[in-house]
Amino acid sequence: MGELEQRGERTPAPTAWEYASAPESRELVTLERQYGLFIGGQLVEPRSGKYYDTIEPANEKPLARIAEAGPEDVGLAVGAARAAFENGWSAASPAERAKYLFRIARILQERSREFAVLESLNGGKPIRESRDVDLPLAAAHFFYYAGWADKLDYAFPNRRPRPLGVAGQIIPWNFPLLMLAWKLAPALAAGNTVVLKPAETTPLSALLFCDVLRQAELPPGVVNIVTGDGATGAALVEAEGVDKIAFTGSTEVGKAIQRQLAGTGKKLTLELGGKAANIIFDDAALDQAVEGIVNGIYFNQGHVCCAGSRLLVQESIYEPLIEKLKRRLATLRVGDPLDKNTDVGAINSRQQLEKIEQLVAAGQEEGAEIYQPPCRLPEQGYWFAPTVFTNVAQSYRIAQEEIFGPVLSVLTFRTPAEALEKANNTPYGLSAGVWTEKGSRILWLAERLRAGVIWANTYNRFDPVSPFGGYKESGFGREGGRHGLEPYLEFEGAEEIGG
Amino acid sequence: MAQAPVLPAGFELPLEPRLPRIGSVDQVALEARATDLSRRSIKREAKLFALELAVRMMDLTTLEGADTPGKVAALAAKAIRPDPADSSVPSVATVCVYPNLVQTAADRVRGSGVKVAAVATAFPSGQSPTDLKVAEARRVVELGADEVDMVIDRGAFLAGRYAKVYDEIVQVKEAVGEAPLKVILETGELGTYDNVRRASLLAIAAGADFIKTSTGKLPLAATPPVTLVMLEAIRDVFEETGRRVGMKPAGGIRSAKQAVQTLVLVHETLGLDWLTPDLFRFGASSLLNDVLMQIRKQKTGSYQSPDYFTID
Amino acid sequence: MARLPVRKTYKLYIGGTFPRSESGRTYEAEGQNVARASRKDVRDAVRAARSAQPKWAGMTAYNRAQVLYRVAEMLEARTPEFAALAAGEDEVNRAVDRVVWYAGWADKLAQVLGSANPVAGPYFNFTVPEPTGVVGVLAPEEPPLLGLVSRLAPVLVGGNAAVVLASESRPLAAIELAEVLATSDVPGGVVNLLTGHRDELAPVLASHMDINALDVTGADGQTAELERLAADNVKRIVRGSADAQSPWEVAGFLELKTVWHPVGT
Repeated sequence: MGELEQRGERTPAPTAWEYASAPESRELVTLERQYGLFIGGQLVEPRSGKYYDTIEPANEKPLARIAEAGPEDVGLAVGAARAAFENGWSAASPAERAKYLFRIARILQERSREFAVLESLNGGKPIRESRDVDLPLAAAHFFYYAGWADKLDYAFPNRRPRPLGVAGQIIPWNFPLLMLAWKLAPALAAGNTVVLKPAETTPLSALLFCDVLRQAELPPGVVNIVTGDGATGAALVEAEGVDKIAFTGSTEVGKAIQRQLAGTGKKLTLELGGKAANIIFDDAALDQAVEGIVNGIYFNQGHVCCAGSRLLVQESIYEPLIEKLKRRLATLRVGDPLDKNTDVGAINSRQQLEKIEQLVAAGQEEGAEIYQPPCRLPEQGYWFAPTVFTNVAQSYRIAQEEIFGPVLSVLTFRTPAEALEKANNTPYGLSAGVWTEKGSRILWLAERLRAGVIWANTYNRFDPVSPFGGYKESGFGREGGRHGLEPYLEFEGAEEIGG
Repeated sequence: MAQAPVLPAGFELPLEPRLPRIGSVDQVALEARATDLSRRSIKREAKLFALELAVRMMDLTTLEGADTPGKVAALAAKAIRPDPADSSVPSVATVCVYPNLVQTAADRVRGSGVKVAAVATAFPSGQSPTDLKVAEARRVVELGADEVDMVIDRGAFLAGRYAKVYDEIVQVKEAVGEAPLKVILETGELGTYDNVRRASLLAIAAGADFIKTSTGKLPLAATPPVTLVMLEAIRDVFEETGRRVGMKPAGGIRSAKQAVQTLVLVHETLGLDWLTPDLFRFGASSLLNDVLMQIRKQKTGSYQSPDYFTID
Repeated sequence: MARLPVRKTYKLYIGGTFPRSESGRTYEAEGQNVARASRKDVRDAVRAARSAQPKWAGMTAYNRAQVLYRVAEMLEARTPEFAALAAGEDEVNRAVDRVVWYAGWADKLAQVLGSANPVAGPYFNFTVPEPTGVVGVLAPEEPPLLGLVSRLAPVLVGGNAAVVLASESRPLAAIELAEVLATSDVPGGVVNLLTGHRDELAPVLASHMDINALDVTGADGQTAELERLAADNVKRIVRGSADAQSPWEVAGFLELKTVWHPVGT
């Protein structure tokens, strides 16, 4: 009791402080009623004649009609890309290529709020994230790779790098524009032309991006965008004249693509699923570790392939840490993606919501203990409350399978060796987190964790200069950094200097 | 008198069996969290609520060598009735003055509900013998101070003599009796967030009713991350022991926007229970007028000019 | 009467030992009865490789280089034997030189292939290459020694363990090489050499869920099927050349790991 309370002079604390809603204006975006396919620099009607609705996951209302590209459409797009490649893009001065990319980066910066709103509308992610993470990073990726376009010989000395030709790129719905940037920027910097397929549920920012390309005056056909579902993606993988496929998405589809391409000699990079361990030692800076846990699994509703979905907590700190985590969860604001104060937005699609619900039910059936903070979820739209499972065994599905939602599974360990063993005990290997104040322990784990990205005393940080990609079934190839150029180039000479 | 346990280097043993572990603080993640929270968008009725709360939480302060009874009288008038044009604006919590001006302040606020806080213990440096500091603290209460703001001995703290810091707080606490004791850590001199957390827990263990960031005499004062570290220490103590310790950021909070952001930190770290002047104060000299302007802006919808608000 | 020479029994090389095939089968190649490995031999070899790999990767790069250099020394010492099994002394010399060349890379790969990444924030960030783990190698049919060495050396120098299917038609050099490895401080299990029928064994290797990468350089005509099988656990596929010498050959068997840490007080 404070002194004032003892003296009976206590001023009552308020019973509530509701933050008034602070929505970002959706008027910043003007949508067409219907979008065609972006082929040869034009939005054209699909030969397939088919369209589908893309919706706003926060309220299930349709936003626009989207063309569904069939094999013929994909073929036309690949043809346009091939023509653009042959007719000058590959031969264009690298410095000019660089300047196109710089232009794109700048235009994205200038129109960033418009894109951020659209990204939140169509994807369901909080405006805070699309504004502060997706858009700045997307622009930064173009800016970074712009600088490489005319320096490839320095990136790969003695290797005489050349573009591959036409790159087919298939991207996911969790970071629609950012993934577009991750794919396009290195491909174009390396001198390729592209056919890109956005995710079925989140095509709008890619379609608005066509307008950025128009403003940048990028030559027609250098970038082509074909919308549609998995069948469109498969058609792109199959298409004649595609020299390389880059895919980000589920491990299941990634394997199917790898099989599809077997024996074709086409280049392939895969950025697939994950089930990352986020390891908390008892000497960690706990409040910051809690932030790292929250950022690790609730960032973007957990729709993150590198999400820290398996929390490994040292037993000696288990109780206070879980208490802190639960308390912190109660402050997460779930709701309208366009509200600037929203921390957790809408689940991207009904299909994804059902998958999350199914795995969460499995977790409960298997005997894990569920915790969800009290929060009011909107009635319309797709929502899932931030969830923590404790008492999770390594064998439970929720500890093994990628949930791709705001669901954390908590396991415990006693020693660094046990933490390492549990962390690596998965077919995935995309990322891992380590929280300890002990430097030598961080390096010990960083050496031994079988994952492509190790976040030590931080989590879910991204940067265009930082290579990203997985071990094992999380895929192969890297995006970001100098290493991210390599999948878009072929080399001659230096490979075979035997004798 | 309570004897602090001997603390080994690294200060890892808790001072009380049930105080939280000292632990450590990661600078980058802490600052990132503080920045995130500062991006909360507080509008309309939520903002007005925060602004009026900020007024009620204010320790309206003057701590100048040039302070005179006239200056303090004016400050007291402002404290009681911050906006003469709007009687719905509440009084502030206290006027905060040097020991020599306690009596003047007490005379001027008597009966208004506004209290008098006095700095003591060789404010701002704390570089005096302990007995003088204790005597000063006792004296300001005799002179009429309702609350006492003391400084810790940063020299002793940085030299690792934690027991000396602890003992001194214990003695001052005893000397001020019932008056709430605010313990100033002067975080700008502590060098690291780890030290801010250690000093917070040390002060709390020694009996602080409030922990306070700064004297206001240094440029680096109540930054959001420093405030956040201290709030987290308070929260950890509460979780562990049920004891509620107050918080007072002082120095550097000059705009209404900063005040609202600070209240967001409190709200999302400690919850609604701390959104009361009993457990949270702003130490400020120039903040009040900006808050008043923002209140009037919220009420009238028009942006305001400082010409319409008195300088006291 | 001339002395009757004692003939060598050509066996497999698994986990540092020379077993016969568990199937008890042999086939005739280069005029000799050569062990014809079975699926279970592949299984054993992968198991041996998996258990040996961490220690090999955990050696200092300097030590790994020393061991590989030792392999070159032992190869050189057996030049006459290898010359008889390969295309003469020239192929042996080139194989020796190739091992020496790759040995020197052990402690330089991270410097050439890694990077420090200046991210836009208060973080130290670096990327280092690491071994992918266990690599299945389909050695080229020809040249029997240089082809094998050209594929194996880059796998090893990066810290991987290997399960190699030797040239089916000319397996003797591979077995001879196993004897070199067994006497060169290469820890048992780091290299496992199997002889036998490619059609039978390669799919087993390609579909094995505990192999991380597959070198299909020597896969003649089977490539599509093997690559399809390799997708079951997203194996890295390396299509190299039987006579290549480049650090990028090593890169195919490496993963890149990026580490972030905040910079603060």
